[in-house]
Amino acid sequence: MSRLASTFEELAKTGRKALIPFITAGDPSPNFTVPLMHAMVEAGVDVIELGIPFSDPMADGPVIQRASERALAHKMSLRRTLEIAIEFRKTNQTTPVVLMGYLNPIEAMGYEDFANAAQRADIDGVLTVDLPPEEGMECSALLKARDIDPIFLLAPNSTDERVQKMDLAGSGYIYYVSLKGVTGAGHLNITDVENKLKQIKAHTNLPIAVGFGVKDAQTAQAIANVGDGVVIGSALISKIEANLDNPEQAHKEIIELLVSIRQAMDN
Amino acid sequence: MNNKYNMPDDRGHFGPYGGIFVAETLMPPIQELNEAYQRYINDPEFIAELDKDLKYYVGRPSPLYHAERWSRELGGAQIYLKREDLNHTGSHKINNTVGQALLAKRMGKTRIIAETGAGQHGVATATIAARLGLECVVYMGAVDVARQSLNVYRMKLLGAKVVAVESGSKTLKDALNEALRDWVTNVDNTFYIIGTVAGPHPYPAMVRDFQSIIGREAKEQCIEATGRLPDALVACVGGGSNAIGLFYPFIDDASVKMYGVEAAGDGVATGRHSAPLCAGRPGVLHGNRTYLMCDDDGEIIETHSISAGLDYPGVGPEHAWLKDTGRATYVNITDTEALEGFYALTRMEGIIPALESSHAMAYAMKLAPTMSKDETLIINLSGRGDKDMQTMAKREGIEL
Ligand SMILES: Cc1ncc(COP(=O)(O)O)c(C=O)c1O
Repeated sequence: MSRLASTFEELAKTGRKALIPFITAGDPSPNFTVPLMHAMVEAGVDVIELGIPFSDPMADGPVIQRASERALAHKMSLRRTLEIAIEFRKTNQTTPVVLMGYLNPIEAMGYEDFANAAQRADIDGVLTVDLPPEEGMECSALLKARDIDPIFLLAPNSTDERVQKMDLAGSGYIYYVSLKGVTGAGHLNITDVENKLKQIKAHTNLPIAVGFGVKDAQTAQAIANVGDGVVIGSALISKIEANLDNPEQAHKEIIELLVSIRQAMDN
Repeated sequence: MNNKYNMPDDRGHFGPYGGIFVAETLMPPIQELNEAYQRYINDPEFIAELDKDLKYYVGRPSPLYHAERWSRELGGAQIYLKREDLNHTGSHKINNTVGQALLAKRMGKTRIIAETGAGQHGVATATIAARLGLECVVYMGAVDVARQSLNVYRMKLLGAKVVAVESGSKTLKDALNEALRDWVTNVDNTFYIIGTVAGPHPYPAMVRDFQSIIGREAKEQCIEATGRLPDALVACVGGGSNAIGLFYPFIDDASVKMYGVEAAGDGVATGRHSAPLCAGRPGVLHGNRTYLMCDDDGEIIETHSISAGLDYPGVGPEHAWLKDTGRATYVNITDTEALEGFYALTRMEGIIPALESSHAMAYAMKLAPTMSKDETLIINLSGRGDKDMQTMAKREGIEL
């Protein structure tokens, strides 16, 4: 069983929900990320989404755009993101790591080389924002052959037909984009999410992680009541942005926020 | 070619290029758009309304003008200019915006968004939006807002909101990113009018179909003027809409050579250019697979060109296919050469071309002398130079 599948299974047994932070690899600097990943695990996160910096993050709001820009200024890349994952794995063999990013860096590396490199880095899942299943079968097959879960997105306007498609194409979990918009947007509506998740659950047994627009312990708790996992990204990265002259403070504030979210979700 | 050309396939592929590479939230509106497009492009009522707008609002057909003096001066082929500069709003861009806006109206969308580089597509979109009474927001890189300020003013006059995009390289690609972000946020009431043959399927095919009026007219006009098909076609390539508009109706006419002219900026060898077909590699950006300017890590590289409309790291996927199959040839022209083309047309024929179109003029100056006097060369004069007067005056040290 994949690390992601067993993580969600364990959580389900105890009735807990997955806390999934998203951070951009190498933001604000390359050596910030691995210690933060370990500290986040200590704070109680279940899965880590590691963003691959990209020059043109079309689906991201300003906060994650700027995270990419900061990381790229340090010459971060897909290759170096994989190195960060390898470094993390040296002392953590249990927490699933999901790479999240855009297709072009993977295209440039080549699908097969990428799948091999991800396997060597012991990556658990890959979520490529601009690669829908229609175009993604070749890449997904290479990942699946290496026990890496291809993770797909669903959105508020996804039809039943698309839910079924993602159920067939994806594994690990489904990432539900909670609102029409970009990451970090502010108009999350819990009732809408709840209704949509009912519709989605009718067509898939995969766990559903909900992201986009989760800001604080309160929204995380509300989402945890309806989904299987909560993804939080922009709110964490805002702490980096607010403390660019003091990365230790950023690290500290991120962990504090995650601890408070963990508590709220487990209540 | 024996088989008639019939690209793309029903999922928008031109061989390995094209396709639909977008975030999930955009899949439903893209499907909705594709269905509407397939339906109306074969609807006689829609076509009649489009033809009427093209005739009475845009001013079509645009003339095919024999540049006799310039032809004599260059001493080779007979040069004909397809006068898209004479269209309402001053470029070929309006052919496409008229079509997409009619589609938006049929689909019941009340809000229109667009990206723009040189501002020509933004002006064309703002114009149509004004006429149809639709809300209009145009995204434009902050660098382009500064170098095409006349067009920014025109858009505002027409009632559009112009948003200066400050992210990334602050040019056309970033404007496209921001427009996609807007679309994802406002999918229910918003129609995104993409200004070139880029983006996810059906945009590359749809924009091509709306622009191919250029080539259909040119073919008829050329046969009328010379009794036969042209020998060569030349057009500048940014995203590639004016080029594909001219080329497409000639693709099955194997004797007609086609040259797409990319912007070489400071020179392809310097790396400071906008010539993905000449010096890029295949990748995925803005919803399709095509030739791109990116580094070994797949990060998009900043582009450079004197002309804002060619300053784009990608190119329409159909051009990628025409390049690989050898049906079209892609060449490049530096900023300096483009300026020579600009002055040549201005002084020899009394026509001031846009800086984008000047790239096509400059390549024609190389090509025409290698052809014989009884051969015909059609250049797409995609737009007029009014928008570039400030840039040019500044280069000459003149304050307007
Ligand atoms: C006059 C003119 N020609 C050409 C272009 C380039 O676009 P395309 O390659 O899509 O024709 C532009 C774009 O702004 C333009 O304004």
